[in-house]
Amino acid sequence: MQSSSSRLLLCSSKPNSLFGSAVTPTLPSSLRFPPLSLTIPNSTSSSIRLRSLRSSVTEMASQDQDPRIARISSAIRVIPDFPKPGIMFQDITTLLLDTKAFKDTIDLFVERYRDQNISVVAGVEARGFIFGPPIALAIGAKFVPMRKPKKLPGEVISEEYSLEYGTDKIEMHVGAVQPGERALVIDDLIATGGTLCAAIKLLERVEVTVVECACVIELPELKGRERLGDRSLFVLVEAEGA
Amino acid sequence: MSAYTHQDPRLHGIKTKIRVVPNFPKSGIMFQDITTLLLDPKAFKDTIDLFVERYKGKNISVVAGIEARGFIFGPPIALAIGAKFVPLRKPKKLPGKVISQEYILEYGRDCLEMHVGAVETGDRAIVVDDLIATGGTLCAAMDLLERVGAEVVECACVIELPELKGRERLNGKPLYVLVEYFEI
Repeated sequence: MQSSSSRLLLCSSKPNSLFGSAVTPTLPSSLRFPPLSLTIPNSTSSSIRLRSLRSSVTEMASQDQDPRIARISSAIRVIPDFPKPGIMFQDITTLLLDTKAFKDTIDLFVERYRDQNISVVAGVEARGFIFGPPIALAIGAKFVPMRKPKKLPGEVISEEYSLEYGTDKIEMHVGAVQPGERALVIDDLIATGGTLCAAIKLLERVEVTVVECACVIELPELKGRERLGDRSLFVLVEAEGA
Repeated sequence: MSAYTHQDPRLHGIKTKIRVVPNFPKSGIMFQDITTLLLDPKAFKDTIDLFVERYKGKNISVVAGIEARGFIFGPPIALAIGAKFVPLRKPKKLPGKVISQEYILEYGRDCLEMHVGAVETGDRAIVVDDLIATGGTLCAAMDLLERVGAEVVECACVIELPELKGRERLNGKPLYVLVEYFEI
């Protein structure tokens, strides 16, 4: 099923900030969000759910919204059928090209965590490496990379997790974290939550408290939030995944 | 050019935080592990500050970071100097239209990719990675940027292995590093 990619805009609400008008992303024209008409499949019009960015923006107008979120959301590019047919891939590389939106993204996380006594920011390879270190630097925490097998050179602990077909593994260096530390787990996006769960397990196995998982994007239909159980999840933007 | 030769007082702290892991990924290689540097918030901050002090105010519009450890150092630099961050990735990771550059390894070849449209003609770029060894990957990165009309102002790495002569392979492009490691 192809659906026009719509985004619900979230985030911590500030009491006095109402949602403003949609911000035009300052991307090079070659990278602008493709026109919605490109995502309409050849099927009967009654089965097509058209939701323009403008109307989804209007739906959220009544909610308090940090004014930075709109620009962050519109800076994310959706690539249909990547890595395989049916998947609407949320591409954050275009967000990284918008210097204000990228800075705002980091600021939103930093504002949330700076007074929470976080000593560890764990980032999941590879896109978690882009968002994690700036947050860690700003809040004075260590950055701990969580990597695919055989990348980390020293002694590691591993956690296996299920994929749609088969399993994968995530690793962390022994000694990177100490019992009692308070940690965040960062990735660009949460889908099914499998990778984040594995990352949390690795940290909890060495008696670290995972305070929260933080992602730029959530795909709520894939129920990653439920897979995290009672662990806290904070995201800036929600999107339709498929 | 290396910051170490000018003895900035922050460099000692940075160098001592880098862990050397022998025989990784294979026998005979002394692997320079920067993950221990990242565990020291002050040393990690000093690392970023040294690059930011060098590039701020120089009209750098692009920081290109090489997957995956270049993703750790590049974005904080980009954010601090107000530049775009452009990830350079192994094949098939970037979802949109890409341009590719092949490069030679000790055995075989590899390939680096960049999104079409991420960098524009006239952009002034630096390329960031944790370490320069033979310089093959950095060369491929520079090629990608120059092919789309950007000017590569400098390559910036935390560590250089001078014995592997990567600096010469850069064909005259400036290279700036914080620490050098000699196997002796």
